[in-house]
Amino acid sequence: MTSLNTAPDLTGRNLSKRRAFANRSATVLIGLCVLIAALPLVLVAWQVITRGGSALSLGFLTEEIPRNYRTEGPGMGPAILGTLAITGMAALIAIPIGVLGAVYLNEYGQNKPLARFIRTMADVMTGVPSIVMGLFIYVAYVIVIGEKVGFGGSLALACLMLPIVIRSAEEMLRLVPEELRQASAGLGARKWRTTMSVVLPSASSGITSGALLAVARAAGETAPIIVTVGLTYIYKPDLFYGENTTLAAQIYRNATQPFAASQERAWGAALTLIVIVFLFTIVSRIIASRFAIDKR
Amino acid sequence: MTATATPEAPAEVDLGGEARSRRADWGFRALVTAAGLTVLAVLGLILITTSLRASPAFQDEGLIGFVTGTRWAPNDDVFGTFPMLYGTLVTSVIAMLIAVPVSIGIALFITEVAHRRSRKYIVTVIDLLATVPSVVFGLVAVLVVVPAITPAYQWFADLVAPVPGLNAIFDDTNTGRNYFTASLVLAIMAIPIITSIAREVFATVPETDKQAAYALGATRWEMVKGAILPHSFGGLVGASMLGLGRAMGETIAVALVIGGATSMSANLFAPGNTMAAIIAQQWGESSGLHQDALIAIGVELFAITVIINFLARVVVRRAEIKMKGAHS
Repeated sequence: MTSLNTAPDLTGRNLSKRRAFANRSATVLIGLCVLIAALPLVLVAWQVITRGGSALSLGFLTEEIPRNYRTEGPGMGPAILGTLAITGMAALIAIPIGVLGAVYLNEYGQNKPLARFIRTMADVMTGVPSIVMGLFIYVAYVIVIGEKVGFGGSLALACLMLPIVIRSAEEMLRLVPEELRQASAGLGARKWRTTMSVVLPSASSGITSGALLAVARAAGETAPIIVTVGLTYIYKPDLFYGENTTLAAQIYRNATQPFAASQERAWGAALTLIVIVFLFTIVSRIIASRFAIDKR
Repeated sequence: MTATATPEAPAEVDLGGEARSRRADWGFRALVTAAGLTVLAVLGLILITTSLRASPAFQDEGLIGFVTGTRWAPNDDVFGTFPMLYGTLVTSVIAMLIAVPVSIGIALFITEVAHRRSRKYIVTVIDLLATVPSVVFGLVAVLVVVPAITPAYQWFADLVAPVPGLNAIFDDTNTGRNYFTASLVLAIMAIPIITSIAREVFATVPETDKQAAYALGATRWEMVKGAILPHSFGGLVGASMLGLGRAMGETIAVALVIGGATSMSANLFAPGNTMAAIIAQQWGESSGLHQDALIAIGVELFAITVIINFLARVVVRRAEIKMKGAHS
């Protein structure tokens, strides 16, 4: 903020009343904007922690989901397993393709028309509504195989993650110094060797951090899940067989019910989901802060 | 006379490498290119497969009728989606009217007002806001905000009842699940996106411009008005369009708070629906032509959001190029 320190009129004593008033009220209004943004965050955190906290217990994390909205008591185990398995499978699909795509954009395509087009389209793809991704997988996969399965949700989430992973990984590859590539080439390494053993490892923590952020985003997605995955009350570890469920889908299902028991489960699921998402985000932050290259 | 050993002509060095390794290079290139092309393939497949599946619904109503029809009655196989298009536009535009000024304010606070330490906290708050899943916003909105805010809506409706025009927009309410609540939730969800782009845009304003404004005796607000905002206008338009695209596609939070009526109303305190929300609400009980029609709404939504996002990117990029030009 050097601009503030070197402002010539530090006293403001010569300002006309009107100008001083405009300046002060603008500053207050701008500060108010921050409060407006902080308010919903505080409200959400407070409500989810207090209401969800009372629902949470060991049984809540492990037991099966009650079939009736009115049934009191715990159980979100299958949804927790479903969230982790479906999101994890999505990450297994999207991260390799995304990183390789980023390698193409930064190492091969650079400013070629095709690369520029892919870059723009990846940006556009980040704006495609998640429900549309769900409908796409429903039509292209669920209808084809004939049943709703967990893997359909993974495919839809992978479509959502792909453009985010590509763009963030490309940012990180761009930070790898050109000298490293030249040194590797000078030692006789071919381009694929240079990329695999020099470029990607030096960008690895940045890429991991960006990918984890995409995973965190995907874990909280609801719309594509309710379209492609269906519903279950019991543990379904096999993503390729039978309908499944996630925490986000359970929150949506239970939130609109007028029964206290199901609402309490929704709050508990919300707290669990937020904890999972925050864990991913925090780990991503820690990895990113250890990333050496971008500090050069 | 010293006999200089004439150096032998250097043997032709083959820098081409082994054939095997050359093939590996070619193969790797093909692999990464294919990975890059998946983006285009997925976007193309979305358009083709969903359009094909939705075509019975489009044929049933005619493309024009589907978009402009005002009656949505799945039991009679009547699928007019205009009320949902209206709801999408109304809620997302109102959300932008709230979110854009607030986001610009936050971005200005972060770049121009806050001290280094408090800046870090504010950025964290905004980042945290972005990580909250939309269904959690929806849960808090429908179970906490809606019951609490309904009397406030009625109070405001009574207040503006004598004012012509306003009393049509803010009329009597019997439910807190309405267009306006949906707009509020969308605004909160759009703030982090718009703020982060606005910050990037403000960061491109040349330091010299700001210093020049201060040197002329401008107050901070006059500096913002004279140096930052004119310079950033294009970028802020792009940021708002990106936020708009995001708000139009938001599904779950809206599905929880908009009420689910398939009629239109000028009254913002009346329940309605949006294109994304109706898909989520009616998906479970849909089949046959009804389901095709929901997919067709998805196609319509896809087309609208892709166009808006594409235009937004063009605007942002053009603004960036213009700013870089000003530097050099």
